[in-house]
Formats: sequence, C-alpha cells, structure tokens
Amino acid sequence: MKYVDEFRDPKKAKALVAGIERLVKQIAPPRPLAIMEVCGGHTHSIFRYGIEGMLPEEIELVHGPGCPVCVLPMGRIDDCIAIAERPNVIFTTFGDAMRVPGSRKSLLQAKADGADVCMVYSPMDALALAKKYPDREIVFFGLGFETTMPSTALTVLAAERDGVKNFSVFCNHITIVPTIKAILDSPGLSIDGFLGPGHVTMVTGTAPYRFIAEYYRRPLVVAGFEPLDILQSLAMVLKQIADGRCEIENQYARIVPDGGNEPALEAVSKVYELREFFEWRGLGSIDHSGVRFREAYAAFDAERKFTVPNVRIADPKSCQCGEVLKGAIKPWQCKVFGKQCTPETPLGALMVSSEGACAAYFQYGGAPKAKEKVPA
Amino acid sequence: MNQMPPPVQFTSRRFATVSVPIVTLAHGGGGKAMKDLIDDVFARVFDNPHLAPMEDQARIELAALTAKGDRLAFTTDSYVVTPLEFPGGDIGKLAVCGTVNDLAVGGAIPLYLSCAVIIEEGFQIERLRKIARSMAQTARDAGVCIVTGDTKVVSRGACDGLFITTTGVGVIPESCRLGADRAQPGDHILVNGMLGDHGAAILAARGDLALETELESDCAALHILIGDLLAAAPNTRFIRDATRGGIATVLNELAAASHAAIQIDEERTPLRDEVRGVCEILGLDPLYLANEGKVVIAVPPQEANAALAALKAHPLGRAAADIGAVATDGEPGRVTMKTVFGGTRIVDMLVGEQLPRIC
Repeated sequence: MKYVDEFRDPKKAKALVAGIERLVKQIAPPRPLAIMEVCGGHTHSIFRYGIEGMLPEEIELVHGPGCPVCVLPMGRIDDCIAIAERPNVIFTTFGDAMRVPGSRKSLLQAKADGADVCMVYSPMDALALAKKYPDREIVFFGLGFETTMPSTALTVLAAERDGVKNFSVFCNHITIVPTIKAILDSPGLSIDGFLGPGHVTMVTGTAPYRFIAEYYRRPLVVAGFEPLDILQSLAMVLKQIADGRCEIENQYARIVPDGGNEPALEAVSKVYELREFFEWRGLGSIDHSGVRFREAYAAFDAERKFTVPNVRIADPKSCQCGEVLKGAIKPWQCKVFGKQCTPETPLGALMVSSEGACAAYFQYGGAPKAKEKVPA
Repeated sequence: MNQMPPPVQFTSRRFATVSVPIVTLAHGGGGKAMKDLIDDVFARVFDNPHLAPMEDQARIELAALTAKGDRLAFTTDSYVVTPLEFPGGDIGKLAVCGTVNDLAVGGAIPLYLSCAVIIEEGFQIERLRKIARSMAQTARDAGVCIVTGDTKVVSRGACDGLFITTTGVGVIPESCRLGADRAQPGDHILVNGMLGDHGAAILAARGDLALETELESDCAALHILIGDLLAAAPNTRFIRDATRGGIATVLNELAAASHAAIQIDEERTPLRDEVRGVCEILGLDPLYLANEGKVVIAVPPQEANAALAALKAHPLGRAAADIGAVATDGEPGRVTMKTVFGGTRIVDMLVGEQLPRIC
C-alpha cells in the first residue's frame, strides 16, 4: 500500500537500529537513557510493531500522557453520563471514549441503560444529526489535544453560521505543553529526551516546545507514527545527546510545517480560552492545561446549557498511573497491574484505551525484552 | 469425504399469496394471515418434501443419517446484521452460509436447516421475499434443505427490521476427528484467503463512514472446500470459521485449548489493500475483523503442502496461505505475530467490541 509500506520497510529498520546501537555505544550512558514518547499514537505503534524489542537495552521508552481518552478524570465521565441520560439528548462521541469508566458507569453502560449515545467519526457528523433532528438536543463529546481541537472549533463556527440552536459541545479539550512542563518539573524525574507528538505539532508548529530545549535542556524530535518514523526520531534524539545538543527537531516534516496550521490556530483562538486548571486522571490538576469556550460561544457550551454534577472523583488510591506516566515505574510494577486492573475492568487511566501504556503492555505484551520482566 | 446430497426435490404443493405490501402484527397472529405469509414468502421458495407436510416438526429417517457417518452435528446461530443487504450478500445468504459453515468446520456433511424469523411490523413483504429467495438459492447451491421454521412479528422498535436464526444438522463421517485441543508443535496454520473482507465491507456499507470501497463480503458456504481439504489432508487437526472476532480470536481459542503457543507471520497474512486502508483510517486491526467465508486450519507439517494445494484448487481458496505454525517453544496459550517490521507482538483476545481510535 502506497505511502504506508515505505515507512515499514524491515531493511531500513535494521539500518536504523544499527545506527541507534552505534550512537548508544558512543554515548556510553551510565544508566539506561529514558526517552519519553509523549503521544498515545506513538505508544500504540511501538507496541503494534514490536519496536521496544528491537532496541538496545540502554534505551528505555517511557510512555507519556498523550492519550486524551486515558487522562479524562472520572468526574468528567460522570458529567458526560449525566448529560447523555437527559431524556431529549442524543450524546455523540468518538468510539474509544465509550468504554472509559466513570465512578458509576461508562457511556457504553449508559447506552445499555437507555441513554441515546451515538458513535460518530467527526464533530461534523454530530452537527449533521442536529440538523436532522431539530427537536432533539445533540451534544458532542469534544475531547483530544490540539489535534482535534480545530475540528471541534470549526464545527461550532459552522453551527453558528447555520444558526443551529440544538447543538452543543461538552468540551474536554486539553493542551499538551503545560503537561510536559508539569512532568519536567516533577521531582526525581529523569527523562533524557522526548519524541514530540506529530499530530499536535501539525496544528501548533514547533515553537511551543522551545522551552524544553532552552530552559530544561532536553532534546525533542517531533515524530511521525509509522515504525520507521519512530526509529529515525529516536536516532535523531540520540544524535543530539551524543553531540551534546538540545534542540527541537522535526522528523515528521512531510506532515508538520514548523509554523503549524494557521487557519486551524485561528479557529482555535477564536473559539476557546484557557481554563485556570484542568484535572488529569493520574496526574492531578495542571494549570492552564485545558480549554473552554469563550463567552461568545457560550450557547454551544454543554456545560453551561445543562447543569452537570461537576463532582471531583479521586483516582483509586491503589492506582499508580501518575508514576507510570512520569516514567518512575513501569506498568507491570504497579501493584494492581493485571490483577484488579485489566482492560476489562480498568481501575486506572492507562488501562482504559489501547493507547494507554498499561493496556498496551497487557494486550500486546510488549517486546521480548519487556516480557521477560513481566511476572507471569 | 464431504459429498453433496442429491439435488433437493420440489413438490407439487399449491401456495397461498399475500396481497398487502407490508408485514403487520396480524401476520404474527397465528391465523390465516400468518399462514399466507409463510406460504407465500417462505414455503414457496424453500419447498422440499420434508417441509411440504407443514407439520410442527420435520421428520428425518435415522437410517439415512447413520449411513453417512457415526455422529450427528447440531448447531445454531442468530443473524442480526445491519444493513440487511450488503455488497456480496444479504442476511438470508449469511444465515444459510454461517450455519452450513458451523457444521462443515466440524467435518460434518451439512444436511438440514431450520429457519426462524423475527420480523418488525412494517417490513416490506417484497423485501422479505427477496431475502427468502436468497436463502433458498444459497441452500440449494449448498445442497441443504430448509425443513422447518418459525415466524414471529414484533412491534415497531422491538427488533431491527429482521432477525433470522438458523439451526443446522449434519453428519460427521467416522474417519473425521477434528478438535481445538489437537494442535501439536510444528503444525502449520493455514487460511483459505483474504481476511477481514466481511467486516470491512459491512463497516463501509453502513454508510456513516463516507468511505467508498469496492469491497464485498466473503460470505460463502465452505463445506465443499472443506471436503476437498479433508480428502487431501486427512490428518487435519482443526478447522474453525473466523467470524466475529476474526482470526485473532480463533487462533487464541486454538492456542488455549491445545495448550500451545502459536506464531503467525504478518507478511504471509493475506489482506486486500482496501481492507488495510479501511483499518489504517479507522485505527482497527484486521486480525479482529469478521469473516463469513474464511477458515483457520491447523495441519500436521507433512500434510501442509497437500492441504494448501487442495485449498488453492477451489475457487473459495485461491488466495489461501500458510500464515504460521504452532511453536515448539513459547508460552502455552499465547498467540504472537512476527510483524512485517521485524518485531514481535502479542495477538490477544479482544476485550469488547473493536472501537475506532480517536487519533
């Protein structure tokens, strides 16, 4: 298949792995180098293609917080369900948010209990439903990082233009940069470099990451999602470490313009403003890490249109998602991994979606290297 | 091995006709309207000597069965597909092929089917006739008789248009010993063609993805192909149709029941570019997509070539492939895949439904 197979060529992979091995020898790190892939899409590819097992032992991949489904706190899911269970509402959502557990149930269970929950592939599908059913209230579950933020914003702008009154968004969009900063600020952290999120950067451009190189002195390479992209980006991070450089580099230049996507950014800044803080499952409250609608778009804000319980639900105490997210422990070192917490009955954020590190370890088993360490 | 029964005989019965255009609750009331509906739509096209007396049960001579083998195979399945018609088939064809295949994968010669339908009031009679004709044609092509049935009509909203349940009986020849617990280290794992066509075609046919593909469901009755396979490779250990949950699920069932590790090779796993494309776009894994005309087979190494040749010689097995083996080491019950990329990943059971990923 064109534009796919080229990026999965095993011969090129071997050459890249050999290059990575040479760089590691050159660096000769006193302890394994911890490299965090921020984005859940990268985590998924790493497991799907068995990349971890191809890397030398001196490289440890830390699976970051970039799975927007995983980091949704339980209280927000409860709010979602409260909206979805209102009699006149059709609640529309991306598929993988259906299974995320709230404190009482998931959207999938709410649907079984009679709520009108409808899976869509785009917010525009939800807007189309609103036009089709003018007597119903159509609510779209807006979630995701800067990747999906513009499509929600553009849909709201389209709804405003078309005068659609029965459409609103339960906005849970979050922004990755403050969260990377929070991770870099956490005590005892040892991340040596980052693979930057490809799709987010396609919208934001590379400028927002400069502080990582300039202030925190860590290299970051914006990476694509095919397995060769990931290997090449790792090699680029290692090259920076070997050269003693800390820069923001762009491996995914075929998709990511350094300046980002201007029309998308324009729509985003028109529609949203930063929240003071937003709660992340596993990481707690992080300042300025979420967005809400500006006053001018209040009519499309489901939080203002409907009353929601807005109760903060603490993560289960036994969960160690935060430590896994920061790379302090590996998923299988968590006390409840594979015991009380499985993909069927996820306790913690990272077991929820296939992009979550724990679910990926549980389902794909990781590479042989990782598997050896997983207690049977 | 798996011979076709003689062609189904038509009877000289006369059939009532329905004159209204849609099914109403009256058609489920047990009176004349119901009898007319059954006569017009189902009995007319299913017509065969076992069905013709219209008793409450089909009566089948035991001697005719025992002449064919030593065990009765008995299976049932319900069909609730949306949409009812899709590229490559419809719910009627699916309901016959699915149950014929459930018999055939046990090595049985499929013989008789039942057909129970649950119809939502308001369903168009002409559409029902078309689906019944499709069932009848598929059954005749497969050489099986639909010998008994049931018709229920439910209120609007109580079912999604039409549900069909078919039950099948067949006979397993004495020589045939297939089982999920029989795989041995070294056995080869074969499939009879391109994987995931049905699942991807149905996803595209639902229309809410705005994906245009030329994909067709692979819906087909496989008993002749399986008969050819068993004749060429009589020591075949295991056959199962990879329907819901795809080949990943079947391989996990085989690995668990045989306490064996199985490794497949992504490079040798046959997939159409269109199916790969649908999966890439939606973030789905083709190993978990449903098939309706594909089987996973375990054969001992010495018969692997003969088995593959027999599959490839049949029109429903042209793209057959040897995709892996039962490993001589590895964790029992574990299925792994060597990726095209050179890595290895675990192929686990699916937890729930496969849901498209957000990014």
